[in-house]
Amino acid sequence: MNRHLAAHGFAVALACASLSTAATAQGEVNLYTTREPGLIQPLLDAFTKDTKIKVNTIFIKDGLAERVKTEGANSPADMMMTVDIGNLLDTVDQGVSQAVQSEALSSAIPAHLRDKDGHWFALSLRARLVYASKERVKDAKMTYESLSDPKWKGKICIRSGTHPYNTALFAAHIVHHGEAKTEQWLTGIKNNLARKASGGDREVARDILGGICDVGIANSYYVGLMRSGKGGPEQEKWAAAINPLLATFEKGGTHVNISGASIAKNAPNKANAVKLLEYLVTNEAQAIYAKANFEYPVRPSAQIDPIIASFGKLTPDPIDLRAVAKARKAATSLVDKVGFNN
Amino acid sequence: MIAHAVRRVAPKGDARIWTFASVAIALLVLAPVVALIAIAAQGSGDLWPHLARYVLPQSVRDTAILLAGVGVIVVTVGVGTAWLVSVCRFPGRGLFDWALLLPLAVPTYIVAFAYLDVLHPLGPVQTAVRAVLGIEDVRGFSLPEIRSLWGACLLLGLVLYPYVYLSARALFLMQSASMLEAARTLGASGASTFFRVALPLARPAIVIGTTLALLEALNDIGASEFLGVRTLTVSIYSTWLNRSSLPGAAQIALVMLAAVIALVLLERWARRRQRFAGHARRTHPPSPVPLSGLAAFGAILACATPILLGFVVPSLYLASAAWTRVALFGLSPRILIETGNTVGFALIATIVTLALGLVLAYAVRLDRGGLATTAARIASLGYAIPGTVLAVGLLTPLAGFDNMMDGIMRQLFGISTGLMLAGSGAALVIAYATRFLAISGGGIEAGFTKIPASIDGAARSLGQTAAGTVWRVHLPMLAPALGAAAILVFVDCMKELPATLLLRPIGFETLATHIYAEASRGTYEDGAVAALLIVLVGLGPVVLLARMSRPMLVLSGRSDSSSRAS
Repeated sequence: MNRHLAAHGFAVALACASLSTAATAQGEVNLYTTREPGLIQPLLDAFTKDTKIKVNTIFIKDGLAERVKTEGANSPADMMMTVDIGNLLDTVDQGVSQAVQSEALSSAIPAHLRDKDGHWFALSLRARLVYASKERVKDAKMTYESLSDPKWKGKICIRSGTHPYNTALFAAHIVHHGEAKTEQWLTGIKNNLARKASGGDREVARDILGGICDVGIANSYYVGLMRSGKGGPEQEKWAAAINPLLATFEKGGTHVNISGASIAKNAPNKANAVKLLEYLVTNEAQAIYAKANFEYPVRPSAQIDPIIASFGKLTPDPIDLRAVAKARKAATSLVDKVGFNN
Repeated sequence: MIAHAVRRVAPKGDARIWTFASVAIALLVLAPVVALIAIAAQGSGDLWPHLARYVLPQSVRDTAILLAGVGVIVVTVGVGTAWLVSVCRFPGRGLFDWALLLPLAVPTYIVAFAYLDVLHPLGPVQTAVRAVLGIEDVRGFSLPEIRSLWGACLLLGLVLYPYVYLSARALFLMQSASMLEAARTLGASGASTFFRVALPLARPAIVIGTTLALLEALNDIGASEFLGVRTLTVSIYSTWLNRSSLPGAAQIALVMLAAVIALVLLERWARRRQRFAGHARRTHPPSPVPLSGLAAFGAILACATPILLGFVVPSLYLASAAWTRVALFGLSPRILIETGNTVGFALIATIVTLALGLVLAYAVRLDRGGLATTAARIASLGYAIPGTVLAVGLLTPLAGFDNMMDGIMRQLFGISTGLMLAGSGAALVIAYATRFLAISGGGIEAGFTKIPASIDGAARSLGQTAAGTVWRVHLPMLAPALGAAAILVFVDCMKELPATLLLRPIGFETLATHIYAEASRGTYEDGAVAALLIVLVGLGPVVLLARMSRPMLVLSGRSDSSSRAS
């Protein structure tokens, strides 16, 4: 048995070794992604069915840009897909992306959701919501600012303050109110935490059901994933315990972040990569983003999933995503300074 | 002592080849470290004042507490249970003897997420307590929060103590009974025999086991993320990823590496005057002390608790979660391929790591000027660097080699070799070997010390070369040490996550990366099947390890007596 499996491992190793040379053959595109492949697989399958172009993926959580950079001219990477504007801009800043001009892309994606030179493109949107306990919280509307109110003492759950989703939210707060006020705000939230800032977004819902906290901050699509039963019956119960509120900044809208992609500088299959990118903003693909992943489509004409639509109308915060990305460092420093994760 | 005897029988040229080989291996391990130094030298701007003020105090404190807590747990549990099963006789001892190793099969990130679920207010424990107490409201009763530093100490301790158990037990079993009996006849009580004779004698073995366990704890990232603990390793990650400063991260990693080296050297220095010998002249194994009544009950409890908490509870949780998942969503066909990848690569990496470890250990045996010994120490550095940092360090030399080869091949023959190492599984094998050489090299070196030098002399005088001696004489005698090292390395490779994640070829998944992928989108439960498979696949080798270490004793006993007879 063991010997059989070992032989299999060898075969896979060999297959992989030959892949680097096979990658230049026609009909393929190599996708490096920080997005969990399960989330984008339906999209890739649909693309392959339409175009007969095979998509090879590798999921790299941290160090994607570093890897592409060191692989250099021989890198098999064609497209890099990430979540969070900061991570996406990293691929550009590290010099591993290339500019793409495409009418299909620029007509489908609103101008503020793509790079004017064509280095990066947003493909979907997600909103950072407040999950509120149905049983213990009566507020139907909330602002992000109000989370530092001492009335929430011991009642807030949130994942790590240095997670990109939170970093972007805190950075947006800096853009709105400046660093000094953001520091006070973060200190206030820190003092209100019911438990250590840790775990993931779904645990906010679970911990609200478990009575650990009353409100929490988490992304919009998790509500869809939990409520739809895709996460199993337990998670349906978690989701049933919360009211997802489209929280806003006092003088702004709901904080949204993006998932997006860029084309690799040394892409061996550039044409196919552009085809894939263009496919991802078609009505068909945008509908999959909305239906399968419960994300907000970037294409204004695409339909939103009913579960997500039930939260109400999304008013995205008007501040520029690039400004948010710029304030990231300051946000992380403040998280350290107030000991948010301690 | 043994080395002295060997030096006389080994011709100069032979030793030189082995030393050369071991220096080459050390350089291989040093390559990522050098790359890290180069990255660190790029400078991190004004990062350090910020780190020193807001980040490091907390993370150094958390790291120190974590290491102290895990240290206390692994030493207490590991040494305590090893002593019980090797020196005492009580009901179930035969079972505990191997079952105490089982938690080794459970990766730290898995034990963390299992307990997060089990101890959650909605989990089975609190639900049951509420039911018993008749409390309706979920908020009516709550356990202390496991997402804390003490929680991390406890959970990591529960799965890491087997490293100490393994090395301490091997030593207790080999300890000459006459020493312990001498202590007894001189009037020492059981406890005082343990604390004043057995424990000091076992110190080197305990230190080896504890070092492995603490380095695992230090480099852990998965469990710390789940439990919200801010260790230095977490700081390295967030400096790299959140502050976008890879140089800063490399700087912290190198400082941490320096601290680890300093601590290891300090411990060696502290026992520099101690000499440990006598294994070869063991007269008879210690006869077990029978326990009865309360003492036997206490021993059973002491051995059963770590197995229960470190293995049975997380495994049952995984089995039930996996069962629910499979019933709901079926079994992913990918999982078979992933299991094959995991086992295949762990096997290849184990063979490579073992071979390199053997070269290092044998070079130490033949060592004249101390160069081979230094090389062997350097080659074990990989274990002291957090996995992802090591992987980032490996990226540069691997891809650099590939691109250079590609350039040469293009120029000479007009063909492109592409990314030979970085694009294939070779990168993973190199990463695993770099990381786990400490285990194989150290284990085999310890095995070598049990082979009397006279055997080398006999083999050489009968015309064997150095390589022939290793192949025909040492290898068979080293079988137990090799086997133990092989299994530890295999299980560690299988559990390895961060380096696998960054260095694997495109389209290639292992069980560990599968779990991480699920965890990273917040669906830990979907990873349950893969997690259970890691534990199950790891189980076989662990049981084998436990089974093997008994006959090993008989084997080494025989070799001792035969060497005496000759």
